[in-house]
Amino acid sequence: MDKLVNDFSFGLFFWQAIILLVLIVLLVKFAWKPIMDSITAREEGISNALAAAEAARKEMQNLQADNERILQEARAERDAMMKEAREIKEKMIADAKTEAQVQGEKMIEQAKATINSEKNAAMAELKAQVSGLSLEIAEKILKQELSNDAAQTTLVEKMLDDVKLN
Amino acid sequence: MYLCTKFKDRKIKIFNKMVFSVKSLKIALATLFAVVPFMAMANSVQDSLQAHNQEAAHAVEHHATESHEPASKKDEVAAFIDHHLQDAHDFVFFSDKAEGKHYGFPLPVILFDNGLKIFSSSKFHHGEEIAEVDGNYYALHHGKIYKTDAQGTLNFDEHHHPTNVKPLDFSITKNVLSMLVVAGLMFFMFVSMAKSYKKGPIPTGFGRILEPLIIFVREEIAIPNIGEKKYRKYMGFLLTVFFFIWILNLLGMTPIGINVTGNISVTVCLALFTYFITQFSANKDYWKHIFWMPDVPVAMKIILMPIEILGTLTKPFALLIRLFANITAGHVVIMSLIAMMFVGQNLAADMPISIGLTLFISVIEILVAFLQAFIFTMLSSLFIGMAVQEHHHAEDHDPHTEEEPIII
Repeated sequence: MDKLVNDFSFGLFFWQAIILLVLIVLLVKFAWKPIMDSITAREEGISNALAAAEAARKEMQNLQADNERILQEARAERDAMMKEAREIKEKMIADAKTEAQVQGEKMIEQAKATINSEKNAAMAELKAQVSGLSLEIAEKILKQELSNDAAQTTLVEKMLDDVKLN
Repeated sequence: MYLCTKFKDRKIKIFNKMVFSVKSLKIALATLFAVVPFMAMANSVQDSLQAHNQEAAHAVEHHATESHEPASKKDEVAAFIDHHLQDAHDFVFFSDKAEGKHYGFPLPVILFDNGLKIFSSSKFHHGEEIAEVDGNYYALHHGKIYKTDAQGTLNFDEHHHPTNVKPLDFSITKNVLSMLVVAGLMFFMFVSMAKSYKKGPIPTGFGRILEPLIIFVREEIAIPNIGEKKYRKYMGFLLTVFFFIWILNLLGMTPIGINVTGNISVTVCLALFTYFITQFSANKDYWKHIFWMPDVPVAMKIILMPIEILGTLTKPFALLIRLFANITAGHVVIMSLIAMMFVGQNLAADMPISIGLTLFISVIEILVAFLQAFIFTMLSSLFIGMAVQEHHHAEDHDPHTEEEPIII
């Protein structure tokens, strides 16, 4: 201890204090502050960049999930639409078929009715004509038969024969 | 006393839970290394102290004011080591004893003795002559300047210390010059590094080596001890002190032969910086723990107060002694090992042992150079951290912390 106290030099202490003080002040101003700031800024930059990359990755993932979902939805929609279309088509065909059938049947009915009425009319006309013709023929025949007496007598006889036979 | 240590332990434990639990192994190792040279130093300093006294005794016997010739080689070595450990007013790289020549350069001497006296240390002729300035006579004795008469008489007390008047000595000594050079070097290094950041986010050149060290100081020293929020304010001091001590420690390992961090004045100054920064940045909680310890009975509070006040002083004291002792011990051990081959009788046998051991210790000393800078900075930040930490008591004392082993 005695040696330590004896070794202590105030001059050296004084210079050391001044040198250290000046050194600290100068280095803080010209070196440590810019160095620490740069290091901190760089580290922040790196961590920010890493965070940004992570965020981008997550966003990518989200986007992919979104895309997947949208695709799925689109696919489902398409399927639904196709199904609907198919249904509509089938319904339309079925409708058309039934309508056509109904229409056809109706037309057939009408045709049948027309044909029937035509037929009836034709028949009636035919009947009238046939009866007219028959009358004409009968008239002509009677005229012919009754033109001479012999013929009239024969006819009467014949007719009488018929009656007798009966 | 036991109680007080317990309280202190608990306090430290809570504050440094983080540091010591996670890195306890690392710290244990560091402490081991830090203590090893300390142990070695105990003897060496005593030896050199003895040698110093012996030498002084010789000086008295011979009544010689000029450089006194030690009797044996052992004494010569002890005197040389002793001389090396001290500050000097000139820079001597090596001396030729036979011709009495010293190779180096003188440094300016600045004295306050009835006015400013500035002269070159070459006037002393390496302590061999009396310097005469403006009618005043000054003698150099063991690195200190004493006022004397024309004959250079020095009176010694019973401890073999001269009783002559010591003028206030503000000389630019070897250590001051070394510190100036290191300060300049650091300024150049770190300012150029700071400039390199302007070109891009990554430093260029030597800054690439320095940057991990700066980050090391921040991540391993400042943030764990002071805390994420407040460390930034103290980084300037911590970084400056860390590199200052480390570079000076390493320069001490070179053959230039300087011993700055092993000088008590330098370590006192460094520790005082830490002390003042700690005291001035301390918050209310810190003072409360010193003057009126919470959660203890009133009688205890009164007993604890002086202990705590003393505790604030012992912390920087431990800091200054640790650095001083480690570096001094390292220098003494290495120089003693080198000197072994000159003291021994058989050069061929001594040389390999001496060189081998020196090499081994030198490697350890390079580690110690870093370690001491690290420990000084870490303890400084620890003390600052203690002073600025916000702490809550009572509910904070969970049982886990009590069991944790601590190594200080």
